[in-house]
Amino acid sequence: MAGVKPRMAVDLNGVAFPLPILAASGCLGTGREPGLVDLHRIGGVVTRSLTLTPTKGSPTPRMAETPSGLLSWVGLQNPGVEEFVDLDLPRLAKAGVPVVASVAGTSLEEYLRVASSLQGRPGIVALEVYLGAPDDERGRGEPFSARPDRVHEVVGAVARMSRIPVFVKLPALGNLVEMARTCVRAGAHGLTLIDGVPGLAVDAERLRPRLAAPVGVLSGPAIKPIALAAVFQVARALPDLPIMGVGGVSKGEDAVEFLLAGAWAVQVGTAMLVNPAAPFEIAQGVLAYLKGKGIAEPADLRGRLRVERGPTVREGVL
Amino acid sequence: MRRVKAEILNTRKLGDYHSVTLVAPEIAERARPGQFIAVGMPPGRAFLLRRHFSIHQASRRGGWAGTLEFVFDPRGVGTEWLAEARAHQFLDVIGPLGKGFAYPSRLTNCLLISEGHGAATILFLAQELRSRGRRVDMVLGAETGERVFKPIEGKRLSQTIAIATEDGSMGERGTAADLLPEVAETTGTQVIYAAGRRATLRKIAEFCAERRIPAQMAVEEQMGCGMGQCFTCVVPVTRKDGSGYDNLRACTDGPVFNAARILWGRWMGDEPPLLPTPPEGFPVVRSWPG
Repeated sequence: MAGVKPRMAVDLNGVAFPLPILAASGCLGTGREPGLVDLHRIGGVVTRSLTLTPTKGSPTPRMAETPSGLLSWVGLQNPGVEEFVDLDLPRLAKAGVPVVASVAGTSLEEYLRVASSLQGRPGIVALEVYLGAPDDERGRGEPFSARPDRVHEVVGAVARMSRIPVFVKLPALGNLVEMARTCVRAGAHGLTLIDGVPGLAVDAERLRPRLAAPVGVLSGPAIKPIALAAVFQVARALPDLPIMGVGGVSKGEDAVEFLLAGAWAVQVGTAMLVNPAAPFEIAQGVLAYLKGKGIAEPADLRGRLRVERGPTVREGVL
Repeated sequence: MRRVKAEILNTRKLGDYHSVTLVAPEIAERARPGQFIAVGMPPGRAFLLRRHFSIHQASRRGGWAGTLEFVFDPRGVGTEWLAEARAHQFLDVIGPLGKGFAYPSRLTNCLLISEGHGAATILFLAQELRSRGRRVDMVLGAETGERVFKPIEGKRLSQTIAIATEDGSMGERGTAADLLPEVAETTGTQVIYAAGRRATLRKIAEFCAERRIPAQMAVEEQMGCGMGQCFTCVVPVTRKDGSGYDNLRACTDGPVFNAARILWGRWMGDEPPLLPTPPEGFPVVRSWPG
């Protein structure tokens, strides 16, 4: 086995990526200005979440650095799905990079209209439903992800309509395994775990929150163990469900950890903001690990985590 | 935009500030006043994000060709680490980033205003304006004399210079914006360039709007990546055709903006009320305790 070059491509039940490492939503814009990011050396691009019309987003400050993390709340600033399809998608498609379009909305109708504008567009291999926006219809400012019935409604409606496989991005809150089952029942093809963790940063000197929002989402290495636990628990409960792991991946080892915990592919977010070459370097790290262990492909790592004791933890302790 | 491993040529302490000179010809050749660089932090530490610094000096010719200087105030974990950096150490640098200042094509009398180490970018601009045959006048402001950045260099590069400190330890007592009306009057200012905190920039912008003086300002906003990807450093700027405004990224669409097009009130939040407006019929207590 050793000496055989591992095959790096991954297949998430029909959704294929040439490398197991993707750019996470929000960290490569909508692909308009990749800058120093080499689109040919990346497994795929998850776009910034798209809304029906251009969205201006939150006031500033939108970010604060916290220990080993980035707290941020951009408020969905994006050019709108139409401009994305006309301007940005052709460029991404030309580079040949698989695109996962992140779909956002503040009403069920908006989700449906965004998702339908993305049907039949070359380059898009999957949709990723983002549920962190406030639910203007029923949520009273709470996000969709806070209520299983709303998650079921939104995911169900998008999945029924979409001809492209639908992933759902969930936060590690509440009974995650139950929420994952809800998504599967509603027709989700797979999950992206996890969305950022809610966080608050305080400027004690000025007696003010450091973000205008004022609660943002935490990303970066600070949330990696939370994300790993989420992937691990869901993968154990639903072993056939494709999962993209995301949260604090900045090195090859981090990605390997996610694959061992049960992820089928890994997304890189905050690390890309610091190191534009991160996805490729992480893929190289995974390759080196596979070679070293004589493993043929990333899929062979999935769920290989040796757990000595049975599932003693209450399911869904998250 | 290039990413380089740049060797530190030397480091200096300038009053309360630190200055670092790098060997980075790929960046120095392209750098313009107003642009900035993103410096990577050491791996494996709790502060992850790159730190962003305006370019103070970029030498294309002479004995210092290919070098780049930036200035910072060591007041946070990242800049404190950087203040410990020494010559021959290598830094992971991306730059030049952002759009720099535009030079006037007709007008000649330029007034350059800065606050604290905002002067770093302004002094670089003064050099470029002078080499283009423009008249440069300067106003430098800071909290204390120790925090006035390179006043002698400022004097060398300008026709007239005025200095204001909040404690009165150097020049006049007050802020740079306080000196503006008088200086603009006596020097026949036609164009204004400014860098500093947004409260000061706003005052300058209001003055410019009143006198109809064109102004360009390098703004400061909390930046995540500096490369246009994260959309955290936005500034509300009106569209050219007046059809509304856009939240433009200070890192890629700025950091230099036309002062007249920044929506200052929206950007600065104008101290939003702590409580949302009470619902109708709710008794409003006008003054308390009465």
